[in-house]
Amino acid sequence: MGFLNFFKTKKNHPDFWEEYLSHFKNKKDTSVTDTRFIAFDTETTGFDIKEDRVLSIGAVSFVGKRIDVNNTLELYLKQDIFNPETVEIHELMKSDSIDKISEIEAIQAFLNYVKGDILIAHHAGFDKGMINEMLQRHGLGKLKNRFIDTGVLYKRSLHIIYQDKTKPYSLDYLCKELNVPTVDRHTATGDALITALVFLKILGRLDKKKHLNWGYLLNR
Amino acid sequence: MKNSIAERVNDFIKKYPPFNFIKADDLLLISGQVSIVYLDKGDTIFKKGDSFNDHFYMTRNGAITLFHTTNNNTQEIINISDGGDVFGLRPLIAKENYKLTATANEESIVYAIPIDVFQSVTHDNAQVQKFLITAFATNTYDPYTAEETGKIFVDYLPNTTQDMVNFQTANYSKNPITCNVNSCLKEAAITMSKHRIGCIIVVNEDNHPVGIITNSDIKNKIATGRFPIDTQVTNIMSSPVITSKKNITVADGQLQMIKHNIGHLCITKDGTINSKLIGVLTHHDVLVTLGNNPSVILKEIKRAKRTRALRAARLKAETLIKSYLEQNIPLSHIIKLIAQINDAVSLRAVQIALKKMPSKPPVKFAWMALGSQGRKEQLLFTDQDNAIIFEDVPKEKYEETKAYFLDLAKYVNKSLNKIGFEYCEADMMARNPEWCKSLTDWKEQFNNWILNPDEKAILLSSIFFDFSPVYGDESLTSRLSDSIYETLDKTQLFFRFLGRDALKNPSPLGFFKQFLVEKNGDQKDLFNIKSRALMPLIDAARLLTLSNRIKGVNSTYERFEKLAEIEPNNKELYESCSYAFKALSKFKTKQGLLHNNSGKFIEIGTLTKEEQLKLRRCFKPINEIQETLTLRFDLKNFV
Repeated sequence: MGFLNFFKTKKNHPDFWEEYLSHFKNKKDTSVTDTRFIAFDTETTGFDIKEDRVLSIGAVSFVGKRIDVNNTLELYLKQDIFNPETVEIHELMKSDSIDKISEIEAIQAFLNYVKGDILIAHHAGFDKGMINEMLQRHGLGKLKNRFIDTGVLYKRSLHIIYQDKTKPYSLDYLCKELNVPTVDRHTATGDALITALVFLKILGRLDKKKHLNWGYLLNR
Repeated sequence: MKNSIAERVNDFIKKYPPFNFIKADDLLLISGQVSIVYLDKGDTIFKKGDSFNDHFYMTRNGAITLFHTTNNNTQEIINISDGGDVFGLRPLIAKENYKLTATANEESIVYAIPIDVFQSVTHDNAQVQKFLITAFATNTYDPYTAEETGKIFVDYLPNTTQDMVNFQTANYSKNPITCNVNSCLKEAAITMSKHRIGCIIVVNEDNHPVGIITNSDIKNKIATGRFPIDTQVTNIMSSPVITSKKNITVADGQLQMIKHNIGHLCITKDGTINSKLIGVLTHHDVLVTLGNNPSVILKEIKRAKRTRALRAARLKAETLIKSYLEQNIPLSHIIKLIAQINDAVSLRAVQIALKKMPSKPPVKFAWMALGSQGRKEQLLFTDQDNAIIFEDVPKEKYEETKAYFLDLAKYVNKSLNKIGFEYCEADMMARNPEWCKSLTDWKEQFNNWILNPDEKAILLSSIFFDFSPVYGDESLTSRLSDSIYETLDKTQLFFRFLGRDALKNPSPLGFFKQFLVEKNGDQKDLFNIKSRALMPLIDAARLLTLSNRIKGVNSTYERFEKLAEIEPNNKELYESCSYAFKALSKFKTKQGLLHNNSGKFIEIGTLTKEEQLKLRRCFKPINEIQETLTLRFDLKNFV
């Protein structure tokens, strides 16, 4: 646990945080097809960003349309707070045989994995909030990465006639619409992979309509 | 560390050969190194002539088409790889460039399996090796059909323009690949894979044919373990072979094959088995030669048991269009013919889908083609637009009935997509719950569009008012038409909305008699023949037909002809519109075939002076019909 030694004061951030920040210096836009994206998902003890805790983080990264299975991230966190109500969906019992790591170790592994690249999540606000809350508990700043929310992107990609304000555009709904196989739904890594496929399928549709540019994707 | 994705990959691949022959631990090693590749329709994984990849592939979802490109650039489908099929095996067998092209036939997910990891765990696994060799052999193409492309049976062709030649396949292939009666099967198989052929002729010392071995012999007799791999070829060959003289006609060849229930005819010097082998005629050669005939294509469509066969037939029709255009066969004839083929394809697709359904349809229904297919003037592959109308049912049965037809529509839309009709971008397809309704609901829907016209209604009506039944109970669509005309009697406003829409694209010639080209976007400086020239005519014809209560005439040129009949004082204008429409469609189709797209956009610069003049002549009636509409529907100040 050497890195805990760096963790003396708030001002004196650990090396991995400095390294994470360094990815954002002089960052330039590359073309969409050459850019590394990370699709991720968190499973949590509940939906309260302040009170609940992250149980696991799953992430897959890809450049172009290829996802390498040997380069995915799958983290399980040791828990202090335990909410028995959500265990059922997540099937992550408090004392499971899977190797678990501490929150700060998970932060380090996650930041190391995502670097300065673009993050993709479904209903990204929640996952972003959970991670930021974790960072804050350890005296670190917020995530600096740019985010794409697949729910928002999908809705925007629809023909105006078919946009529907009342629909929630849940991940399940998107999977059905885009014909993405839902295996391992409700595990962090499974959902991360599904989110990645959903994103790639939306990109494919955008491409045809010539909307494949950063302005459109990041809605800026 | 735990890797759930690798576990899921493992769960999938272990169900299929060759991975089902691999030990669980070894398989996990492979699964952990797989890459998941997402492909959009049309994306290419590897091309003929590309150097070999470090991976071979298994289709996870979707379908990958393997093409062989012949010397004159025609493409021949060798195989379509569905979920669980492996492909791209060449680098496993021989380190040489790809001979086929693999392209996604639809949105697909493919697992790329690293060859080094795979080989490190399977090098001494005989079952795996055997499977791969067999799979490889069936996925490679048969040069008996490809080698001689360019030679044709003149008597089966109405016209032998150079272009037609490209699309005809050989009579028979000369210099067939053979092996000696004394060789063992393994040697024969090596020769077959070396030449990438599906069958080999066994010959004696005098080069007389004595038997034939095909891929299926190897599959059925060797891979199943009935004979060892080093057995003599004479043990597993089919013998005797059927022979023929070299000047055999296609029809004769076909008769021989049907009579003897075989797929290969050996061509010998004097036509008997006791003379020298000089070539082989395959069933495929015969089919390809005969296939260029609309009645054969229609028959093929009617008999098709699978979507794949429908696709092949529809592709042949494409070839047919091309040769007809070359021969200057009247466009109205081509349009009718292709409309018939398209309708037959859709009808068959619905029939095939009905067989897949767990039960018979609960009530009568009709499958409707909309838009260009509904107008019966779709020449090239375009988006599919369709809908379902079903008989009224009691309220409590409604959801259940609708669910049945939506399921049916899903099958049909999917297979139409496989056949080559792209999904409609705006989802105007029967699988969309909005476009799968009972008769009463459809009546209400149309009434609503007619009585409360707004932007959206007009946008949709340009597609939906051109419906025509393709399958099922035509009385349903006919009752719908009646109801529409009844409602149209109540309003003039709707016509004015349609009129305004028909005028939204001004005459294609600008102030200085220049072509109006696209100003921005990807198609900058291209002339959009569809929206600028064809759509104004199509829209005008629809509006005038509706306002004249003409029923059952859907195609634009026929609508104008009909209008010329009932409005003699405008006869000349309508006739010139009909002519212009045909000429412009032909233009678009030719451009589409030339550039292998829908032909919508034309680069004015590439046209000859004569073609530009021809185009311009077609624009005059567009201008005039637009003026007529403005007057008749009082559109001058209608905004």
